[in-house]
Amino acid sequence: MSDEQVTLIVFSGELDRALAAFNLANTAASMGMDVTMFFTFWGLTVVEKGGGARGDKGLLQWMMSLVNRGGAGRLKLSRMNMLGAGKGAMKSLMKKYRMPSLQEMIALAAEQGVRFVACTTSMALMGLAEKDFIDEVGEFAGAATYLGLASKGNVNLFI
Amino acid sequence: MDADHTLDCIGLYCPMPIVKTSQRIKELSGDEVLEVVSDDRGIKSDMPAWCEKTGHEFLGLQEDEGEIKVYVRKNPTTG
Repeated sequence: MSDEQVTLIVFSGELDRALAAFNLANTAASMGMDVTMFFTFWGLTVVEKGGGARGDKGLLQWMMSLVNRGGAGRLKLSRMNMLGAGKGAMKSLMKKYRMPSLQEMIALAAEQGVRFVACTTSMALMGLAEKDFIDEVGEFAGAATYLGLASKGNVNLFI
Repeated sequence: MDADHTLDCIGLYCPMPIVKTSQRIKELSGDEVLEVVSDDRGIKSDMPAWCEKTGHEFLGLQEDEGEIKVYVRKNPTTG
C-alpha cells in the first residue's frame, strides 16, 4: 500500500456533511492513499444500522435516539432541511445528476479499503453497542488511535 | 490520440470519474493507454493530480464541445 495517511473525523451527523466526507475518502482511496474515517459523536449516526430498537440503551439514551434516528438513509441536511422537504429535494437532484447516494458511497469506500473506526466514548454516551453498526465498521477505538494515525499523515480533516 | 481502452464517464461527477479510472486501470496491462471521456470539467485538473499521486502517466487531453477526453498510460510498476 502507500505511505500516505489520510484521516477524517466525521463528527457531524448530517447528510450533506457525510456526503462531503465520503467524497473525500473515496477520492483519496482512489489515489492510493491509506484512508481512515473516525466516526464520533453525531457522526456515529452515519454508520448506524438504524431501526430504532432500544438495544442496550438506558431510557434517556433511547429517547434521544428516537428523535435522532440513525442510519445513512435518515440523515438530515445541515441547512434548509425544511422538515424533510429540503432533504427530499437534495436527493432528487442527486438522482438527476447520477450522483451516488450516501449508502452507495459508504459501500464504495469499504470496497476501496477505507477503514471505518467508531469512537467508543461516543458509543457509551449514546448507549450504542458494536452490533448497532453497519458491517463496514470494523474497529472500535479512542482518540489516541486517531492521533497516532493523524500524526503520520498530511491530510487530517474534521467534518 | 490513440487508446487501448475507453472509459465512458459522461454524466458522472467527482469522485466517480476518478474512482472508476482507478478501478479500470487495474485491469489494464502495463503501458496500455486508457481514454476517459467526461463532461465534468473538474477532470482537467483532477486527472493530472491523480496521475501524480498514483504514478500513472498523464498523456494529455482533447476537448470538444464540452466533452473532455483524457489519456492515461498505465505504469506497469504501480498497481
